[in-house]
Amino acid sequence: MNTQISYNYLFILVLSLYTSYATELTFELPDSAKECFHQEIHKNTSVTLEFQVVTGGQYDVDVSLQDPRGQVIYKQIKMQFDSHTFTAEHTGVYVVCFSNEFSTFSHKLVYMDFQVGDEQPLPGLGEHVTVMTQMESSAQDIHKALTTILDYQTHHRLREAQGRKRAEDLNERVLWWSIMETVAVITIAVGQVFVLKNFFTERKPFNIK
Amino acid sequence: MRNLSLLSLFLVCTLFGYGHSLYFHIGETERKCFIEEIPDETNVIVNYKVELYDPRSGGFMPSSPGIGMHVEVRDPDDKVLLSRVYSSEGKISFTSHTPGEHVICMYSNSSAWFSGSQLRVHLDIQVGEHAVNYGEVVQKEKLSELQLRVRQLLDQVEQITKEQNYQRYREERFRQTSESTNSRVLWWSVTQTAVLLAMGAWQMKHLKSFFEAKKLV
Repeated sequence: MNTQISYNYLFILVLSLYTSYATELTFELPDSAKECFHQEIHKNTSVTLEFQVVTGGQYDVDVSLQDPRGQVIYKQIKMQFDSHTFTAEHTGVYVVCFSNEFSTFSHKLVYMDFQVGDEQPLPGLGEHVTVMTQMESSAQDIHKALTTILDYQTHHRLREAQGRKRAEDLNERVLWWSIMETVAVITIAVGQVFVLKNFFTERKPFNIK
Repeated sequence: MRNLSLLSLFLVCTLFGYGHSLYFHIGETERKCFIEEIPDETNVIVNYKVELYDPRSGGFMPSSPGIGMHVEVRDPDDKVLLSRVYSSEGKISFTSHTPGEHVICMYSNSSAWFSGSQLRVHLDIQVGEHAVNYGEVVQKEKLSELQLRVRQLLDQVEQITKEQNYQRYREERFRQTSESTNSRVLWWSVTQTAVLLAMGAWQMKHLKSFFEAKKLV
């Protein structure tokens, strides 16, 4: 009987994996485009939305979050990164929109993390029938710490990507600028000589007359 | 009593099932790409489900057998890892071999004259240890709860190590880029000065001979 129950629990708990749900997406946002994501959320669920612009333009984006009644519950204009936590007041479809409509030519890369429900407990073992042993609770603690590490790593990775992309961008721009400069120096030098030459050859017949 | 609570728990759990993942809309001929920056030897699982807009009911058809999704995965060297047409609902998994940005693109296989209609795409991408189905692991390897826990922690630590190695690799690449930029800028400015001096000298020489030829000096 006991094993039967624990087996049932296990089965349910494997299913309950889905009760808390996290999505991490990195997507491209072309100029003057708007991208919306929908998510069904149940009442009283805590939800965290995090975003960061990885590349493009001034690294900013407009973000808005709508609840199922169409009310805007969170809105940011031209933000580079932010994190917002809220508790769903109604059951229904919440809509997150990222808009680049203010930008006419910069193509952007946006990272989004949408976490519905609390941080995942160890998957498969969310709820427990008996009191946890010390071993189990420390395993839980380690898991939490590791999740935090992964989180920091993600941020670090995004920062690194931001820095790298900026450096690559700078590199390319410096390259073009220097090519232009060389061309400018040579044209000006040659041009100067010819202008001067012209200047004197025009004068001479005039002086003789 | 206990069974009842179990049942209700079960119902709540199934209600939250896969159908409630994040979704977005795309046009029938539109292409949608997502980028995953991952270390090497990392598992990625993509779950998706496509629903076609039904103009008669004004909603989305839960299943649309006619619609297939073309999924394409490219690795950081722009080589195609995976490119196939799948049905309207599917699960794709792949393992990365080179670290870096993997691009996952999806587009429907519908014919162009059908465009204008909308598709709703449910999408869920799980990376690394999130992609492991521990339910299966338990059944296959007969682990106790504690063993499973330790197993999960080990997987997590392994993922962190991979990520760290990847970041080290990225840092190295970044540093190399910066150092090469630095030396190139240095050489560039030296060359630029040389060009400037050469141009100045040429100007003087040329003008001097010109003036002499014209008997101006």
